[in-house]
Order: sequence, then structure tokens, then C-alpha cells
Amino acid sequence: MKERDWPGQTFKTLKAAGVRQVGYVPDAGHKRLIELCIADQGLRAVVLSTEEEGIGLAAGAWLGGVRGALLMQSSGVGNCINVLGMTRECRFPLLMLITMRGQKGEFNPWQVPMGQAAAAALSAMGVVVHEADAAETIAPTVDAAARLAFGSYQSVAVLISQAVIGIKSFQDQSSR
Amino acid sequence: MKRVLRRRRVVEILLQERKDLLVVAGLGSTAWDISAAGDTPLNFPLWGAMGNAAMIGLGLALAQPRRRVLVVTGDGEMLMGMGSLATIGVQRPPNLSVVVIDNERYGETGMQATHTACGIDLAKVAQACGFRVAKTVRSLEQVIALRRAIHAARGPVFAQVKVLAEKLPLVLPPRDGGVLKSRFRKALLGEGADLD
Repeated sequence: MKERDWPGQTFKTLKAAGVRQVGYVPDAGHKRLIELCIADQGLRAVVLSTEEEGIGLAAGAWLGGVRGALLMQSSGVGNCINVLGMTRECRFPLLMLITMRGQKGEFNPWQVPMGQAAAAALSAMGVVVHEADAAETIAPTVDAAARLAFGSYQSVAVLISQAVIGIKSFQDQSSR
Repeated sequence: MKRVLRRRRVVEILLQERKDLLVVAGLGSTAWDISAAGDTPLNFPLWGAMGNAAMIGLGLALAQPRRRVLVVTGDGEMLMGMGSLATIGVQRPPNLSVVVIDNERYGETGMQATHTACGIDLAKVAQACGFRVAKTVRSLEQVIALRRAIHAARGPVFAQVKVLAEKLPLVLPPRDGGVLKSRFRKALLGEGADLD
């Protein structure tokens, strides 16, 4: 697999997993995957005003017999915490794809606290955390996460490492 | 303006002849209201997740475009998720209605005033967010018209129903989230829903 094509492979994985609704809060790391979701006629891409909306969106989709996924950046994890209680209490399946900030080489100090706490915060709410540290492992990890989420009715988050996203400065971020 | 409508009567009317309407209720008083009108598997009353009711309705409405979906929630709950009105306004599902039972109070926590008591106008917010129908409801005639809109109007529909602030007997739905989810899916999708 070409290293740059992890969004394309991840998109194919989501489609193969039967995902038909994708809620997202934009992130530079998810730019390509979001574009692929918007362009696909068989998939409803829903832009959210805050990440926790996506938890309810996915719950409603499942009540209606449809599989959803949620794309966000690590800074959005904290916004989801209380609503994740519903997902756990109701055993709604939930598949979250989270691009990480506040990790290796972070240039914005305000990203560090939530980025460093994201995995622990998700775990504390009963979300199973899978970490993907290399481009070629992302799509297979998303595939495994989707099976766990929809096959075993779990909340699963795939954390996509900042080492993969590779944004190194504000200039780099805004030029994407 | 004086509020005269009583919430239990309003919700009872809205759920009369509901046919195959799918109903999500926000936590607290509106969950008790829909249960007082008659608990059924196609009710999904929330016991938590404050601010999320309208988004659950959106996910459901997009997943089930041939069914009508009604979210009944309180003013405090809607205020916590006001951004979801903008999110719904982008998707504009024609089969979704969001009805806020507005007593201008946080009823479960000691009847403290909410923002709507100070004139914050949720119907205008919904209108500005692109809801095709957005109105404030103050009379029984308007409640009956709203029931028709829930079943037949091209949505999304939003209504802010001004009601009296009153403390009423609790009418509790089942509270096990897994049970509420499974019974809803079975009633909507068939017995095979458990095998999905």
C-alpha cells in the first residue's frame, strides 16, 4: 500500500464494513477521508457543530438499522465524554476515527493536554482504544475496530498517530 | 405572554393517532410526558445524554427516510444542544420534527429559570438554522395543527410549545438502556434486528 493512500484504504474499509452515515468535525488529518465520504452517493456525510453530536447521530442511525462512524481530532474527545455514557448504557456500537494532536513533535502547546489524555479519557468511559502508529496499519486497524464495534456492540476508537499525520507547523497545517 | 397549555395534555394530543411515528424524548419531564401518553417500543426515552436528543432524532430520520420521526424535549435540554439545530439545518431531513415543551424551567432540579424565561427564542433560532417550519405554539388549536405537521409537513419542523411550569406525578418508562434500544429496533426492524 502506498503510504499516502491510507485515507483511500480506510474509506474502502468503512464501505466494506457497511457504514452508511459518517458524522465529522473537520480536521486537517481527516481532510482526504472527509472528501471521499462527501463524494460518495451511498453514504451520508454529516458535518457536526461539536463532536458529541456525532455520538447521538450514530446512536440514532443504529436505532434505525444503519451503521455510522465518527471522524474527529483528539481535541474533540473531551466534548464526547458525558454522551459516551449513553452509548455504554445502551450498548450502541460506535466506531470513532480520531486523528491525534499533542503527540510527537507537537508545535501547539494547547493541543498537548487533551491529546495526551485522549486514550485514558476514552478508556475511562469504556471505549476500547486501538492505536495506529504507521500508515500501513490504519486500514487494517479500522477493519478490526469495525468488526469489534458492530459485531460485539462496543464503542471503539482508532487513534491515528500524529507521526502518521505528520503536521509539523502552523504553516504546514494551513497549507493542507 | 401568559402560558396556559399543560404539558401532559399537549404531548397526549401530539401522540394521538400516532400510527408508525418514531419518538425520541429528552431526559426528565419530556420522557415522563411521552410515557404518560402510553409507553410503547417505538418510544426511545432518554435518561441521560443531555443535549443529544435532537441528534439521535437526526440519525434516525436519515436512517429511516420513509418514517416520520418526532423528538420531544425540554427547553433546557434543547439549549444544551443548540448547535444541533444548525447541524439539522444543513441536512434538512423532510421527515424530522423537533418539539420543545418549553416551561421556561429546569424542572428536575428545582424549577430554576432557563434562558427561554428571559426571552431567548428557540423558534427563531430554528428558523435561522433553515428549518422549513418553525413556530411558537401557545393554543390547543395550534397543538392540533402541529400534530398534523408532524405527520404530513415537509420538514424539518420545529415547534416551541409554551406550557405552564408545573410539578407533575412521575410516569417512568423502563430505564435499562439496552432494553430500550433492543425493543425499539425489534419493533422497527423486525425480530431479526437482534441478529444484526
